[in-house]
Amino acid sequence: MQSDSPLGQVVALPKKRLVQDVPKPDGGEALLRDVLSGTPFDAAVTGFVLACLPQSEAPILWASDRMSRRENGRLYGPALRAMGIKAPVLHVEVSNPRDVLWAMEEGAACAGLSAVVGEIHGAPEVLSFTATKRLALRSEASGVPLWLIRSGDPGALSAARERWRVSSLPSDMHPWNSAAPGQTVWEADLFRARGQAPGVWEVRYEPDAKRPEDRFRLLSRSGDGQVAQDDAPAADVAGR
Amino acid sequence: MTRQQRTLPGDDVPVVLAAQGTHGPVVYAISAEAVRRGVFVGARVVDVQAIHPDLHVESADATGDVALLDRVALWARRWCPWTVRDGDNGILMDVTGAAHLFGGEAKMLRDIGTRFAMQGLAVRLALAPTRGAAQMLARFGGGGVICGPDDVEVAIAPLPAAALRINADTDRLLQRLGLKTLGKLMEVPRVALMRRFDRMAAEVNPLVLLDRALGRAGDPLNAPEEVAQWMARVRLPEPVIDPVPHLEGLAGDLCRQLARAELGARRLRLTIYRVDGEWRSRDVALASASREVAHLMRLLAGKLEGIDPGFGFDLLTLEARSVEPLALHQDHLDGQRDAGRDVAALLDRLCAKLGPEKVTWSAWVQSHIPERVEARVPALAGVVDPPLDVMRARPLRLLDPPEEIVVLYAVPEGPPARFRWRRVSYLMTRFEGPERVAPEWWRDKPGTRLRDYYKVEVGGGRRFWLFREGTLGDGRGSDPRWFLQGIYA
Repeated sequence: MQSDSPLGQVVALPKKRLVQDVPKPDGGEALLRDVLSGTPFDAAVTGFVLACLPQSEAPILWASDRMSRRENGRLYGPALRAMGIKAPVLHVEVSNPRDVLWAMEEGAACAGLSAVVGEIHGAPEVLSFTATKRLALRSEASGVPLWLIRSGDPGALSAARERWRVSSLPSDMHPWNSAAPGQTVWEADLFRARGQAPGVWEVRYEPDAKRPEDRFRLLSRSGDGQVAQDDAPAADVAGR
Repeated sequence: MTRQQRTLPGDDVPVVLAAQGTHGPVVYAISAEAVRRGVFVGARVVDVQAIHPDLHVESADATGDVALLDRVALWARRWCPWTVRDGDNGILMDVTGAAHLFGGEAKMLRDIGTRFAMQGLAVRLALAPTRGAAQMLARFGGGGVICGPDDVEVAIAPLPAAALRINADTDRLLQRLGLKTLGKLMEVPRVALMRRFDRMAAEVNPLVLLDRALGRAGDPLNAPEEVAQWMARVRLPEPVIDPVPHLEGLAGDLCRQLARAELGARRLRLTIYRVDGEWRSRDVALASASREVAHLMRLLAGKLEGIDPGFGFDLLTLEARSVEPLALHQDHLDGQRDAGRDVAALLDRLCAKLGPEKVTWSAWVQSHIPERVEARVPALAGVVDPPLDVMRARPLRLLDPPEEIVVLYAVPEGPPARFRWRRVSYLMTRFEGPERVAPEWWRDKPGTRLRDYYKVEVGGGRRFWLFREGTLGDGRGSDPRWFLQGIYA
């Protein structure tokens, strides 16, 4: 399938591989996942995380530190419904990353939440490998998925089971207005994962799709312009 | 009742309490010296000050007086079980069957007077068979009157008619009729008075009040119930520094008390009493009533970091300051836990550690201005609005306040083709808009400019939400400025 993206040729993968390789749109298993921002001041990270959250009525804990709120703005509630979020969001707005990590750990222990999202800007010392390992173990023990949004891409070590880097791509054509941005497109780069091959995908998210499995459309992208093999997720990160 | 204060001057200086009147402060209460000098309640303070330059004025605290009186009324239950505050300047005590415990009525009155004096309070006492008679005799009959069951009529006969607590109008009427004392009032044939007063409410009707005072009509005393205190305390033989080992015992004790009454705590206060006489306390609030020892202990453990034990403390109390009914609760039969209770417990822990203002739910406000739509309510308030469904696409992240951008290349209509934000310049590739948001005249200052919102995609793919404040030539300031308010996913 050809897309209008200027950044490379795009092929659709067989459905079997998609299910196997990418996180299921409605939450997947309880893991700690890191999402880094590919470009600064990009809300694609937030959008990607919201798109991946489980479809549930149970509240979502959203903890953020002051720097990430100042750099990227605060989460804007009226936009959440359009992202398919029906659950209320419990905001924990603290000043330092230590409190964010503490709130995430408390949230991970609470089975009444559908997911826990934490936002930390930069690479503070408290966000060490040990801290992320703690969170990862907590999440796997309790069954609550944890997402850690890290803006100001520090590239530091992390024990997260999946590490993504997400950035915006030029949007699709608008169906009626050629001057307007259309369907949102993200580039999702899974650069480290446990138990599966990394890869780069073009992501389109349609929260209103009838079937839940149609909400997330991921197209594998080859970094060097080659068409990907039919059964491989076209992982070519090194070429970029 | 006058409260003695530490700042009071000597006995030869007149002291008055001042309250705000219609035309400046007026005298609200006076000391004995002020009475002697002829100061009266209701006089203007400036006038009194002109006459008595050495006057000492303190501001009156009527609500504080009532609160003190309420506390004193409860304290007065040391003499008898039923006590109640009487208006804003008295205490009524039903001492029926209690006087012999103190060696008779006279000795009891003396004891009451002495103990109030030890508290620094001057009292006027009267003991009478009826509540009305006691009220009158205490205020108008001199001090320490004891009136037997047969001489009520004699005792109250010389008192002025105003002692009945009637309206000023009724008082004036009785004065005009020549009925200046209660004795005179009692002499008048009842039928004649009934014709005049039969339409008055019982609380201000002089005949009814007189009947009550004489014991011909019932006048029971409704004493308020004592406030139950839910408190656990630990007394230690030796002062210690660390309160943590005693927490479990305290919490267990309190929870047992609450369980017996089928209550759950909503607010807790842990207090340590130090050996140097100081005390320190920590408050904890809960999202839902609870009496789980482990939960209370986790909440309290997070609050003890900053508590200053000084040289140690020997008394610890844990008090449930606010309680709610909490019936026994059964979890699911299949062993599942109730998710709602888990979330409430999480809210407690987050609020106890981070502060209640940092843990919030979204609440929606009826407004068109984007930053006003979403308000935050403290999570402990416990109201969760359902998600808001808006017609227009809104950005996922909102900068608050909006940040001004520098327009590098503008076209007459539409958003800037090239702009600079946070020291980076962006080239607009596509845009959608404008969406016009008018100022809310019922809330905004006059002169607030309208906003034209544009969704703008820049090279590389990021999508921003810009707005222009005002239009050219709208007569509300200079050239319109551009702001970046949101970031789309």
